[in-house]
Amino acid sequence: MSEKKKFTTVSIPTPLFKKVEERIKDTGFTSVSSYVTYVLREIVSEEEEEAEAFSKEDEERVKERLRALGYLD
Amino acid sequence: MPKPHGGKLIDGILKDKERDKTLNKVVSLPKIPLNREQLSDAENIAKGIYSPLEGFLCSNDYQNVLHEKRLKDDTPWTIPIILDISKEKADEISNNDEAILTFNDKNIAIIHIEEIYQFDKEELAENIYQTLDDKHPGVSKVFNMKDHLIGGKIGLFNEYENPFPQYNLKPMETRILFKEKGWRTVVGFQTRNTPHLGHEYIQKAALTFTDGLFINPVIGKKKKGDFRDDVILKAYEALIKNYYPKDTVVMSIFNTEMRYAGPREAIHHAICRKNFGCTHFIVGRDHAGVGNYYSPYAAQEIFEEFPDLGITPFFFKSFFYCKKCGGIANEKICPHSKENYISFSGTKIREIFKNGKIPSKEIMRPEVAKVIAESKNPFV
Repeated sequence: MSEKKKFTTVSIPTPLFKKVEERIKDTGFTSVSSYVTYVLREIVSEEEEEAEAFSKEDEERVKERLRALGYLD
Repeated sequence: MPKPHGGKLIDGILKDKERDKTLNKVVSLPKIPLNREQLSDAENIAKGIYSPLEGFLCSNDYQNVLHEKRLKDDTPWTIPIILDISKEKADEISNNDEAILTFNDKNIAIIHIEEIYQFDKEELAENIYQTLDDKHPGVSKVFNMKDHLIGGKIGLFNEYENPFPQYNLKPMETRILFKEKGWRTVVGFQTRNTPHLGHEYIQKAALTFTDGLFINPVIGKKKKGDFRDDVILKAYEALIKNYYPKDTVVMSIFNTEMRYAGPREAIHHAICRKNFGCTHFIVGRDHAGVGNYYSPYAAQEIFEEFPDLGITPFFFKSFFYCKKCGGIANEKICPHSKENYISFSGTKIREIFKNGKIPSKEIMRPEVAKVIAESKNPFV
């Protein structure tokens, strides 16, 4: 039932590829691709925006409930 | 504060006109009865605890979660949130675009049916629980599931009554609460037990590095002999009141079932706490484990696979009281031999209470022990 994994090709300079290949020796990474995927996931997640703000009405309604429950003074 | 998992806090609770419109067609739509665990999943989706999920998984996400531990858009996700139905029910609703989810004959939510599909139970069990042994509670549950899965977005129009309304906060509420308290960093603590000194030590060690602590007990189906939910909450109230500085702790429940999926469930628990607004999450020894199905620190090692999780784990070893150290220690920081250890075994603590006694102050705070001892029947 397993679907085929979806991948695409990205080109990097051969010398860089070789450096990465050296770097991942004796690590848990089994290929340059898996290392590059790991690093890119880390970078992309760091660059994501800050949390969205709630509307003023929502925020007031929630604060009122939090005060009623004793979470806020 | 971290942004919600997948970028957006889901709000699947229907309001105003949208709710009225749905209520108007409830009678004409087919019904799908839920059990208590499926009800929790539906509510957790609608409240945003499972953000970015908007409904029960369709087959492409389901397969991706099983094999890649990610949704099809590459967002980390390790536990498939699925709804099983019988072949008869699948036939009954196959021509409908919508159906009503019910619990104990009460209409709860609408599901916009995107897909009904079959699944391989062994494939599910082996990928999630790493075993096909039906003595594993999760595997046994999978083998007893119905044969079809139904996927699609849901809209909740009735919340089921919760026995602890004062402790039932939604992610939107905890996020606003943490912001109001001025907490920039919050560590989440998952528990299904009354607190002993080892728990307190871990929580306070973590709290040393963050602005706030979010104690988030799992409320729901328990094994016979476990502490009752109300006893766990009362025990924590006693601990917080007597041993934590004011305004450093928030407690609220997480209504869900334990799946005992070990490492995969540790990631799932971290994601849910991220949605509540936590920046950090405590992962101890054998988190969400059962029996000997997972190695003791597998639930910590799995975090290496997720550089994009968006919540930082705090890893802890198991703790004990060392008579020579005269305090809580772990194998990394204590040089003494095992004869000096007093362990925090949950089984041992339960046994002490069952025999009408109270654990020593090296194991449990007297105020906490008193609350448990005074409960008429503290066990499930």
